[in-house]
Order: sequence, then C-alpha cells, then structure tokens
Amino acid sequence: MAAEPWEDELTRALAQQFDNRIERFATYVGQNFLAADCAAVYDIVEALRDKWQFDYLVDLTAVDFPNRPKRFEVVYILYSYARNERIRLKCAVAEGERPRSVVALHATADWLEREVYDMFGIEFARHPDLRRLLLPEDWQGFPLRRDTNILAMDNQWVRENLGIESGQ
Amino acid sequence: MSQTFLDSNELVLNMGPQHPSTHGVLRVILKLDGERVNGTECVIGYLHRGVEKIAENRTYQMFAPYVDRMDYVAAVSNGLGYVLAVERLISVEATPRAQAVRVILTELNRIASHLLWLGTHALDIGAITPLFYTLREREEVLKIFENYCGARLTTHAFRIGGLQYELYDGFEREVNAFCDWFIPKVDEYEELLTNNRIWRERLTGVGILNAADCKRYGVTGPVLRAAGVAWDLRKAQPYCGYQNYEFDIPTGSNADTFDRYVVRMEEMRQSVRIIRQAVGAIPAGPIMAKVSKVLKPPVGEAYVSIEAPKGELGYYIVSDGTLNPYRVRVRPPSLINLQALDQMVRGALVADVVAIIGTLDIVLGEIDR
Repeated sequence: MAAEPWEDELTRALAQQFDNRIERFATYVGQNFLAADCAAVYDIVEALRDKWQFDYLVDLTAVDFPNRPKRFEVVYILYSYARNERIRLKCAVAEGERPRSVVALHATADWLEREVYDMFGIEFARHPDLRRLLLPEDWQGFPLRRDTNILAMDNQWVRENLGIESGQ
Repeated sequence: MSQTFLDSNELVLNMGPQHPSTHGVLRVILKLDGERVNGTECVIGYLHRGVEKIAENRTYQMFAPYVDRMDYVAAVSNGLGYVLAVERLISVEATPRAQAVRVILTELNRIASHLLWLGTHALDIGAITPLFYTLREREEVLKIFENYCGARLTTHAFRIGGLQYELYDGFEREVNAFCDWFIPKVDEYEELLTNNRIWRERLTGVGILNAADCKRYGVTGPVLRAAGVAWDLRKAQPYCGYQNYEFDIPTGSNADTFDRYVVRMEEMRQSVRIIRQAVGAIPAGPIMAKVSKVLKPPVGEAYVSIEAPKGELGYYIVSDGTLNPYRVRVRPPSLINLQALDQMVRGALVADVVAIIGTLDIVLGEIDR
C-alpha cells in the first residue's frame, strides 16, 4: 500500500499559486497531505488560513530521518471548521536551517514550536520567545533525535542539579 | 534594564509548582499590580517522562499501556486514541462488539473525568462538599472498570484490533444500574451549585475566551463549546460507531467559566444517553479482529484524533515497517488549552486565576508527557 496522488479543487488552486514550491500532493489511509519547500511553508499556511478556511492549527511537530540529506521533516496538521477537513503539510528541513515561525498566523504554534526546538533542536526564525519548553533551559542535547539513545541524558546536568550520579 | 524593581509597581508571584489548585506540578509566574494580573508565564515539564521517546523503543503493543499514564484520569480515552491510530495504519477495524464496548467504557470514563473536574473545581472555589459526592459517584465507575479489566485508573482496557477481555456476567446490568442511579446525582450537584449565589458570582464573566480566540489558540473540548461552537469530533468526524448513537452537543454562549461548568454538566447527561443506547444493543460476535501477533504496519504515517474529555486528543504515528513505531507524537488537549491561560487571566484577580486553571481542566501528566 503506497500513498496515492491527491487531486481536487484545493490542490489545483494551490499548485497554481505556489507552482513548483509544492513538491507533491498525496493521500494515504484516507488522509491528505502535501509536501512543500520549507521556504514556502509560511505562505502556504497563510493562504490555507485566509483563502481556504484552515483556521485551526491542530498540531505542529517534527520527525527525524538522519539518513536523508535534509534530516528533519516538520509536520503541520491543519483543520478547517467550515469544511470539516483535515490536511497535513510537511517540509524537509536540513540541520541548521531555520524555518519561519508561524506564530504570527496561529497563536497555537508558540509552545508547539518551542517543543520542537526542545526535542529536535530545530530553530524557528522570528519566533517571539524560542526557549526550551519541557526540559530545563540549560539542558544539553535533543532527546527526540533518532541518534540519541533512550538511555542517554545530560548526566552533568543531573549531577549538578539533582546531586545524583544518574537518573537511570 | 533601565527600570529597577523599586521603580515598578509590579509584583512577581510564583504560584506552584507545589500549589494545590494547580492540579499537579504546574508553576505559574504571575505578574501582579495589586490584586490584578498583568501577565503570566507557565513553567511546565516537571513531569516529563519522555513518553514519545519510549514509544520508539517499544513495539506497538508494548507501548499501549504507557499512553494510559498521560491523562491518567481519562486513561480509557488515551488508550482508544492510540489503538485507533494503530488500527488506521494497519487498515483494521475493530469488530462491532468491540466498538460498542469501547464506546461504553470511554463514555463512562468521560463521566469519571468530569466528576473529578467538578469536585476539584468546586473545592478550588471554596465549596468542599461536592468533592465528596463526586468521588462517591466516580467510585462506581471505577468499580465497573475494575470488574472488567482489574485496573481502576490506568486501565489498558483495549487492544489493537479490539478488546482483551470478554464482558463479565452482569456488565450490562451494572452499567444500566449506574446510569439510573447517576442521573439524579447530577441534578443533586446542580441543586448545590447552579443557583448558588457564591458559585455564580465567582464564575460568571470570569476567564472569558471567545470563539475566535479559541480557534486562534487551537483550544478544543468543553472550552470551545462553551464559546458557542458546536464542534465535537464524535459528531464532526465520527469514529468507533458514534454515528449510530443519538446525542446532543451542549454549547454555551457567554464563553465564561460558568458556561463551561454548564456545558460539562450537560455532557455527563449526554454520556449517559450514549451509554444507555450502546449497552442496550451490544452486538454478539468476536471481540478481536484478525490482527497479526507480530505487528509491522506498512511504511507510512497517520494522524488519528478523538474527542477526549478535555478536547481533541490526537496521535501522529510514523511507521518504517518495523516492529517499533518510528515516531509517535501525542497531541495533548491539556497542553494546547493551557496556552490560552495567559489571555484568560489578564485583568483578572488572583483568586480568579484559581478558578480559571480549574475550568481549563488540565492534567499535568498529559501536558508534560
């Protein structure tokens, strides 16, 4: 079972507006998604919100694929109350690349982008307050990267702040 | 920093992480001008256990009990969302019998979750009595869970493809008896609170979050419905056979703490309505669909979400075709609803902050994961 092409009124309009900056439209297990150039994501999210009523940013997260040339995939899940439709927008992000924050479009993105930064080390440009969300601010390392072992942790931080050798 | 502490009238007050009304280890930094709140900052993560990382190191079946430990007062809902997401990846649908039982247990859990919310919310406001009543009723729900699967809180009631256990003798009778007994209890709570003058004055007009702001912040669940948006995933995108049951979506109009109270009270009654329909018509048949013991979903990803008691609970699972999920992302309703706290408390009094945290109905286990 593989992803199939997704085509309807929305994809045609988006393909026309964003031309070659959207790489593919596909559907898998009944869920539609599109993959786009990282630099175009902000504009696409804005167009989806203003023209197509995708006014609810359900979730924003990332997946790490260390073997790909651009190792991270940032995923935006959008929902439209008016259309009762949910879509996913994905973009590949290389290490050190800074996708533009969508906080200005969706206030939800504030903590969600902070969490992605916290867990993967992806920095979002123009984020109003990019700090770690769940881990301590002076923690070293990004736990949800695939090359971080589950037992690996910031032992120095644990020693200094908790007064024990290891949290394991 | 040209302004020193002495120049400013602003007082910074730490509320939590050990404060009974933050419902767990939440730290809220309040910036105060007298009794008025000028702004807040939430510090979270005290309960972070790396659940999403653990998922990458467990098989699909092994990870299922972990999800119960996120929103531990609504463990059944957590489990339902997870098994539905995995079932979507392997294109399996639970059997009709399993679906009916899932609906019954999930709705019972919604009642239990709302009861705990009501008791603690009232306690925060200063009314001690409702907590004893709500815990008494919640106990009956937990007994049904215990009789069914042996656990009361972190139930792990469902399996990928259906259910682990067949129903015990007398399940239908017990559930029906609970429904008959419970409805008058809701009226009793309402008698205690709804027209209570102190209750009304503490809640009415407090913590307003209108529909536009709810959408901007991605706030879902009873908070959104109290703002007048009749949106419930059980109706909007039915799963698990919810389209077969008749129920209403209660909504409010003032988007304040009182309306959120009214909405949740009505939701408990609607849950009973759903349970009665489901328990009266549990189909016969197997409780498990055919699912391979060695579970390797094909390469791909899916996002599946359900209407948990607190709002939209979603699971985004990426499979690379191996035994372990490549990535599991949980979209917790509490985390995203909490983000709206700052907007809701601006201009309010310190005492209102307690009411507003209570009305958001957050569980820190789910926020920190």
